[in-house]
Amino acid sequence: MAVQTPNGFNLDRSGRRIVIDPLTRIEGHLRVEANLDSDNVIRNAVSSGTMWRGIEVILRGRDPRDAWAFTERICGVCTGTHALTSVRAVENALGIAIPENANSIRNIMQLCLLVHDHLVHFYHLHALDWVDVVSALKADPKSTSALAQSISPWPLSSPGYFKDLQIRLTKFFGSGQLGPFKNGYWGHPAYKLPPEANLMAVAHYLEALDFQKEIVKIQAIYGGKNPHPNWLVGGVPCAINIDGTGAVGAINMERLNIVSSIVDRSIEFVEQVYLPDIAAICSFYKDWLHGGGLSSKSVMSYGDIPENANDCSAKSLKLPRGVILGGNLKEILPIDHGDPEQIQEFVAHSWYKYPSDCCGLHPWDGITEPSFELGPKLKGSKTDIKELDEGGKYSWIKAPRWRGHAVEVGPLARYIIGYAQNKTEFKEPAERLLKGLNLPLTALFSTLGRTAARALECQWAAHQMRYFQDKLVVHIKAGNTATADVSRWKPETWRKEAKGYGFTEAPRGALGHWIKIKDAKIDNYQCVVPTTWNGSPRDPKGNIGAFEASLIGTPMADPQRPLEILRTIHSFDPCLACSTHVMSPEGHEMASVNVR
Amino acid sequence: MATETFYSVIRRQGITRRSFHKFCSLTAASLGLSPLAAVSIANALETKPRVPVIWLHGLECTCCSESFIRSAHPLIKDALLSMISLDYDDTIMAAAGHQAEAILEETRAKYKGRYVLAVEGNPPLNEGGMFCIDGGKPFVEKLRSMAEESMAVIAWGTCASWGCVQAAKPNPTGAAPIDKVITNRPIIKVPGCPPIAEVMSGLVTFMTTFGKLPELDRQGRPSMFYSERIHDKCYRRSHFDAGQFVEEWDDKYARKGYCLYKMGCKGPTTYNACSAIRWNGGVSFPIQSGHGCFGCSEDGFWDKGSFYDRLTTIKQFGIEANADQIGMAAAGVVGLTVAAHAAVTAAKRLTHKRDRAAHKSKPS
Repeated sequence: MAVQTPNGFNLDRSGRRIVIDPLTRIEGHLRVEANLDSDNVIRNAVSSGTMWRGIEVILRGRDPRDAWAFTERICGVCTGTHALTSVRAVENALGIAIPENANSIRNIMQLCLLVHDHLVHFYHLHALDWVDVVSALKADPKSTSALAQSISPWPLSSPGYFKDLQIRLTKFFGSGQLGPFKNGYWGHPAYKLPPEANLMAVAHYLEALDFQKEIVKIQAIYGGKNPHPNWLVGGVPCAINIDGTGAVGAINMERLNIVSSIVDRSIEFVEQVYLPDIAAICSFYKDWLHGGGLSSKSVMSYGDIPENANDCSAKSLKLPRGVILGGNLKEILPIDHGDPEQIQEFVAHSWYKYPSDCCGLHPWDGITEPSFELGPKLKGSKTDIKELDEGGKYSWIKAPRWRGHAVEVGPLARYIIGYAQNKTEFKEPAERLLKGLNLPLTALFSTLGRTAARALECQWAAHQMRYFQDKLVVHIKAGNTATADVSRWKPETWRKEAKGYGFTEAPRGALGHWIKIKDAKIDNYQCVVPTTWNGSPRDPKGNIGAFEASLIGTPMADPQRPLEILRTIHSFDPCLACSTHVMSPEGHEMASVNVR
Repeated sequence: MATETFYSVIRRQGITRRSFHKFCSLTAASLGLSPLAAVSIANALETKPRVPVIWLHGLECTCCSESFIRSAHPLIKDALLSMISLDYDDTIMAAAGHQAEAILEETRAKYKGRYVLAVEGNPPLNEGGMFCIDGGKPFVEKLRSMAEESMAVIAWGTCASWGCVQAAKPNPTGAAPIDKVITNRPIIKVPGCPPIAEVMSGLVTFMTTFGKLPELDRQGRPSMFYSERIHDKCYRRSHFDAGQFVEEWDDKYARKGYCLYKMGCKGPTTYNACSAIRWNGGVSFPIQSGHGCFGCSEDGFWDKGSFYDRLTTIKQFGIEANADQIGMAAAGVVGLTVAAHAAVTAAKRLTHKRDRAAHKSKPS
């Protein structure tokens, strides 16, 4: 029964199949099925995106200047990054150059998202895979305090502080109403932290919940609110007024000071809480190095955070850009978003129809027509799925490939590429962390590596916010206060037909939007998003995507409580609302509304 | 295991027994009940566990959950640990798969008629509902089943309230607001894309504190947060009244904070608390950061033309009248076309009309 995929994984679906649906603590709806051999080792993995919203279909015929607001609603978690990608795509199509200040402000907003998202992901979506909350009740608060103080100068670390928290938790659990902690896998043998480390981590879970609401105020200052701040084709909507009257309607000294203070506090929180926690938690899980999947083979990053406005070349981008194939760290391949041979999407195993299931389509020429069909080996029925048939169509996610290769995207991909490019700012922190844990470089290619790369990147992003905030102030000081270019605001100034693309590095990885404009309206729009890359189903050649690859070979301690699967899938920070979208250039009427 | 009562929760938060009884007496008095009722209220609260909340996600982007966790007062940490019992929310819950599904079954059975169902997003109805699959089945089934035994349903955000972006034309999935599929339970609509954090937590704490549902307007929204337009409390309103407008992005008027009406601001037709409560702990709101309101809490706002199209008709009425009253009044009385170049004059005329309209709509 075993088959080898072209990208080098052995799949065997003969064993017992387990199903996890809903896979929780992610954005959106995801189902994972896995076959286990007699030793409870995962031998086959199937991941399925189980929702579709059709935003690209909805975009057709609309004003390109509005597209950012629609695409921003693809995701309220990585909020803003689709909007940024969208305004870049429209500006690319229409030949609009944004002012330097707009570039700085956009970078600050995007970096703010990276910091916020990584922090919330780790503490609130991922930490419970490593932290046993119930075990925290058994901790000695004095020892917890000693542990906390030994790893960080963070002031909230007294024995009394941890004692109070423990009393509150004890009452909470004693109430019998466990809220979000109900039915967790507490006491699972794969939990390795001592009670003291668990108590410290729970304290930081709650502190991070408080602090995350502060970080996003940066987006609120420049974009009016969070989630879903406002963006603008041609620049940013917030004007700058440092000296004049009426400055209450613009970015003034008071506004700049709020941002500055939050940046400082973010750096402090990340360096005194998040990073020490990661190092501490990793030290207890050093031998749990499963989940590498595609990361040691093929990774991709588009790059982001342009140093100079309107320059998206690899040289100007502060996040790494390029592709590594077959684990060859010596060669970084260049990416061209406009080359129809490079980025293509396939639907052989996705619930869409193409003229031919064998061929891929570049996003500018993509077709999407939903087609909900299930394979012949399905167990259950069309509206009550017990087991999917991965031999047929099985996901609302398409399968994007770079020159035919499945690649992993995300913070780990960025760090691997930055490392391979010898970029000090990525290489040194990674080496420092590995050295502290006494682990080899290869340990990076794992679930833990993915989790650690996110923390390192969070620190990097917090410092880059400081850099661009200072740069903004320097520009203002030099008398440069422009924030928008309106020369091509009016549709009369546009070419009859235009096409463009925009890209960013979302917290979860490489994000691209492609747009075609005709007669001042959107003719075609498509987004290929990070979770589409990572969570893709198989392609026509049988290559598996990053989620599926990462699960192969993982031993499970208790298949009834699939903690190991959650651990690895969460390390990607899946975003299913992002990944399940389509476009329909022909404007098919999909179906009529049938209210049941 | 013993369940924690409302009383023990507030005692733990430092409220004395004496204050608690005072609160019960006041509640009784404000409800027009006899002093004896205070005793039964106290008794009810002392023996009542935290309200279980089941939070379901349909087609959505999770911005409502993200907004909810930004609540500054109460801190979301305290809401989660002390005020409600958020037993199911697939975005943050520890359990997954069948352990998660088991919670739904248990809640339905154990807390029949006593749990709140919060819904973020909406069900697609095309393709047998399979545009949103949850546990192998159409999401709409889970929604219906959990609504059946709930005390009340909260429709978080514009998706659940009106349909939002996935229901914008041509609505390929057949996404429907939840009141199209749940017709036998009270539904509280809390629109906004997303709603303001403090509006969300304000609603939750209102219900747990006062033990009743809030007063709703005819569209099903809590009147306390949705009875006024953005325009009514906008700090740039004086510029509108004075005819001072931003003419293009980043012009000298934008830097002075003039009114964004000509840039397409939908503040005059949008009912929400953004200009009063503001966002992210009151730090800003869209208009304050230079972009017009695009009306994200209004039904069908995605399909009302470009966000940058100037409103040509402003139903100009004031804070004394709400959307329902206006809806009931003849459109001719309150509706008026505002020619953009004559906005100042128009505003003056409208102010005059508004007084008349408000007067007319007051109950006699």
